[in-house]
Amino acid sequence: MFIIGELINGMYKDIGEAIKKKDKAPIQKYALEQLKAGADALDVNCGPVSRQPVSDIQWLVQTIQEVTNKPLVLDSSKPEVIESGLKVIKNKAIINSTTADVEKLNILVPLAKQYQAGLIGLTISAKGIPQNKDQRLELAATIVSYCSEQGFSPENLYLDPIVLPVNVAQAQMRDILESIHEFKIISEPSPKTVVGLSNVSQGSCLRSLINRTFLTMAVAFGLDAAIIDPQDKELMDALITSELILNKQIYCDSYLEAYRKK
Amino acid sequence: MLEKWTGEVSVINIGATKEEGGSRRQVIKVGGQATLPFLSGEGVLANKPVVAFEVWDIAPSDWPAGLAKAYADVFSDPLAWAEKCVKEYKAGLICLRLQGAHPEFGNKTPDEEAKLVGELLKKVDVPLIILGCGDDAKDNLVLPVCCQAAKNERCLVGSAAQDNYKTLSVAVLADGHNIIAESPIDINIAKQLNILISDMGLALDHIVINPTIGALGYGLEYAYSIMERARLAALAGDKTVACPFICFVGQESWRAKEAKASEQEFPCWGPESERGVIWEAVTATALIQAGADILVMRHPQAIEKVNKYIDELMKG
Repeated sequence: MFIIGELINGMYKDIGEAIKKKDKAPIQKYALEQLKAGADALDVNCGPVSRQPVSDIQWLVQTIQEVTNKPLVLDSSKPEVIESGLKVIKNKAIINSTTADVEKLNILVPLAKQYQAGLIGLTISAKGIPQNKDQRLELAATIVSYCSEQGFSPENLYLDPIVLPVNVAQAQMRDILESIHEFKIISEPSPKTVVGLSNVSQGSCLRSLINRTFLTMAVAFGLDAAIIDPQDKELMDALITSELILNKQIYCDSYLEAYRKK
Repeated sequence: MLEKWTGEVSVINIGATKEEGGSRRQVIKVGGQATLPFLSGEGVLANKPVVAFEVWDIAPSDWPAGLAKAYADVFSDPLAWAEKCVKEYKAGLICLRLQGAHPEFGNKTPDEEAKLVGELLKKVDVPLIILGCGDDAKDNLVLPVCCQAAKNERCLVGSAAQDNYKTLSVAVLADGHNIIAESPIDINIAKQLNILISDMGLALDHIVINPTIGALGYGLEYAYSIMERARLAALAGDKTVACPFICFVGQESWRAKEAKASEQEFPCWGPESERGVIWEAVTATALIQAGADILVMRHPQAIEKVNKYIDELMKG
């Protein structure tokens, strides 16, 4: 599982403050702590309060690059913010994200190619959030075929089925999980799949339990990557154990420790 | 279709030269493969498999005549034996088995064995593998002083097992050696033992796995599948099993009936003088295909054949 740490996001108070004051220490601390906890990459999001996201993202990227060379996931709905981040990035980049709308694909796919970046594709469009599996697959196919036509390999594409909160969209959960599996058969080579996990428990009470149960199920449906809080130890333990059960790791009595030694 | 691997086998250095504080003429590097055995089109094969000549501290009583004959003139003199391997048979690596320390096979003292190790290091200048006698309690007395006697020579010392790894791990760590981690044809235990040893402070890139093998006809395929599974996991990024393998080919092959039974007993099997050599060589070549990095062997003719085979394979 490719684990993307979600904690560097301006919507969290201390990160928001740090961005405002240009205080590197908290950003770098969150970066290192998430990597230590098992993150393979770090999501970087200026958050809703940032007034100058175009320059803030550059500061964030440069600040994090001072302490790690792990991949950074540039997270913004505004293509100009993404492009600004790409201009200063030295680490491997992943763009988070495009939608299935042509206007966005037209900008972000060429950028991903130019910077040899990965690209997260949300199965969503200006028409709204898909209501069932077929709509998700249709949007996924739109993104995959656009990328193929532009010579962007599906191997660098991460399709996100859009995880909805279980307390508002219970009826969709099965469709979301099945989409993860079916995205993989859209093309050869297969696109990768990703979820932004914590949305599933948005507004719920037992957030951590809901998160790890959904993640475990998504792993069984073939999920490749997840944007999560890697410092949620029970979540990480459940993830490692899911992969163990799917024979992705060799069992030993200390398999949790073994995974963390990787 | 070519596989793309993300991991690779760790590189172990055996032997230290003068510049590094030891006295070996060269360092032998094993491991470092970034692909399955000999698929050079898919990834780097950093180092070739190596053969170590097995030398005992006492004259082995159970080696068949056809094998013992090759060392008849030096059988009870380990120093001369090692020297013969290096000078006559061009051995690049010696594996000293301290069988004589075993309470039932001579019961040599730790000091006697340490002295032998010191003398052997003076007699020959190739890197050294040191093995205990197999009796845990005795090995825990003998191996630490032998580690000390070979301090800074960066030997490979064995064996640690799941229920007896602490003493040896500490000694190996203190004196700058590498360790052999032995598991009974069991990948789960192999992985667990590596974690236990690395928790003692000895880094994973100082561990060589002895997966335990069977000779041709005696479970070779089990060892093969264990080694293949570990290697696939290593190449996929699991560092806890990304260690080179050592295989005790001589020990297992020469126990096989097919290697040692006389022609009188089985006339249709042909002369045992050729059969044993072939049994050892074929066992070795199969294990090389499974990913063996160090082969501890006995008969010089078998070793010659295997070295040729390795050279051919490495031509790609």
